[in-house]
Amino acid sequence: MFSIDFRQIGIVAGKEFQDRIRNRWVLAVALVFTVFALVIAYFGSAQQGSVGFHSIDVTIASLVSLVIYLIPLIALILGFDAIVGERERGSLELLLTLPITRREVILGKYAGLAGALTFSTLAGFGAAGLILSPQIRLDALFHYAGFMLSALLLGLTFLSLALMLSVFAGDRTRASGLAIATWFFFVLVFDMIILGALVLTAGEYGGAIFPYLLLLNPADVFRVLNIFSLDEVRTLYGLATVFPEALSHPATLGGVMLAWIIGPLAVAIWRFER
Amino acid sequence: MASNIVDARGVTKDFGPVQAVKGVDLSIVPGELFGLIGHNGAGKSTLFKMMLGLIPASSGQIHLDGEAVGGPRFRDVRRRIGYLPENVVLYDNLTGLETLHFFADLKTVPRSSCTVLLDKVGLGHARTRRVREYSKGMRQRLGFAQALLGQPRLLFLDEPTTGLDPEAIRDFYRILRELRDDGVTMVLTSHILAEIQERVDRLAIMEDGRIRACGSVQALREAMNLPLTLEIAGGAGLREQVTRVLAGLEVERIDETGSLIHIRLPREAKMPALTRLATLGETLRDLQVHEPSLEDVFFGYRN
Repeated sequence: MFSIDFRQIGIVAGKEFQDRIRNRWVLAVALVFTVFALVIAYFGSAQQGSVGFHSIDVTIASLVSLVIYLIPLIALILGFDAIVGERERGSLELLLTLPITRREVILGKYAGLAGALTFSTLAGFGAAGLILSPQIRLDALFHYAGFMLSALLLGLTFLSLALMLSVFAGDRTRASGLAIATWFFFVLVFDMIILGALVLTAGEYGGAIFPYLLLLNPADVFRVLNIFSLDEVRTLYGLATVFPEALSHPATLGGVMLAWIIGPLAVAIWRFER
Repeated sequence: MASNIVDARGVTKDFGPVQAVKGVDLSIVPGELFGLIGHNGAGKSTLFKMMLGLIPASSGQIHLDGEAVGGPRFRDVRRRIGYLPENVVLYDNLTGLETLHFFADLKTVPRSSCTVLLDKVGLGHARTRRVREYSKGMRQRLGFAQALLGQPRLLFLDEPTTGLDPEAIRDFYRILRELRDDGVTMVLTSHILAEIQERVDRLAIMEDGRIRACGSVQALREAMNLPLTLEIAGGAGLREQVTRVLAGLEVERIDETGSLIHIRLPREAKMPALTRLATLGETLRDLQVHEPSLEDVFFGYRN
């Protein structure tokens, strides 16, 4: 009952990935990422009265602000109807009569969609990185690669959340509503609530747990992960003063992101198997 | 149990306070073409889904090919099962051939068999067309080809001729006959009772979550003891002569439609009636005995 056939996962994943390639989803998203990255790199300093590429740290800081809105939205749109859509259309029933377990269906769908997201993220930001590479040092390229990897992790966490919503939702309309609500909560509302609580209590309560609360939001983990890797902007954000050193280690934050991927996916599997 | 390819014992299914299936016992032997009929909401779709392992039974046990549905070796059983849902939904963005490749891969069936199956169901010419361009009948044929992947030992066909034109229905039942000759067991549901009454070996009538009757069409007719109809044609004054020779026999009704006389009478009165009608000699030009249809049997059990 609990055995997993990775071949079956691969077949479902292959179909999902191929679907996204075929309907040009991967190409469209990759293009969006490339264009945004280049626009930010060259025109990000326009408000200061100059255009052109200045520094990778500032570019990454600007990209972080953009990606934190864009990637969760793209990942949620990508995954919200993965299960509920097939259930509503009726194709899921036939699929589940085949020699494949529900667990393998979920993992296959996740793997295929994650592949599409990975391909578009790496291709999109990678293309921008290639275009910028003559103007930046090797260690800066390393930072940029770190940013790409963290952006990918951010996407994978929200894709995992999307799949969980897709399993729980009764129909596609509800699933899309839940996906939008999830985006609003993690990207817009969560930080406001925490900041509001800090301001209301004048920092008297919750100051110590504030960094830990940020770990409850993958978007914040992504932000911290990137900001802490950039000396030039760390002091700018003032995060160094409130975030404990032990928590800010990339491995710790990466681990938290992985937990955010595995957790919702595990819940999705549990619910789908019931 | 070992000789039954489908064996259900005391199967129930509860949806909250509603019991959709109520203690169903059902046995189907290998090679049988078995029909499951019932009105909408009778519980046959729920029973189908439980047999396929799509939903768990609330109580009772179902074994397919000797293995418990949902049990540790059920995955292997699924490789030997084909299923055609009533409203087959496939992937619009794939071609017919790609669709079969996808299902063949999941069933661990060589892809080379897909082209043969597409030809078999009459879709060879459309193999490279996207499913979104297929008509309802073509989708149904593709769904049937999908169900036949891997030479299944057991086929579940839910309203399989929905959307098919008469020629396709004839082809469909021809393939079913070939499959039965090869020893494939088939369980099918249909609303078109006239279509299946001559084709199934046995059938079960479901009503309100229970199997009300199970057996061959003839056995069910006899068990119901429904009246049969003699249809005779003859010369002028036939009705009066018929009424005269049948006097004293238990006849329910005699109707006249054009040149035909319809005599409705109990099964046990059939032979005495035929003997007496034979005395009419050349006045009688034709005589046909009509058994009650499956529809009559179905409504007989329902009432």
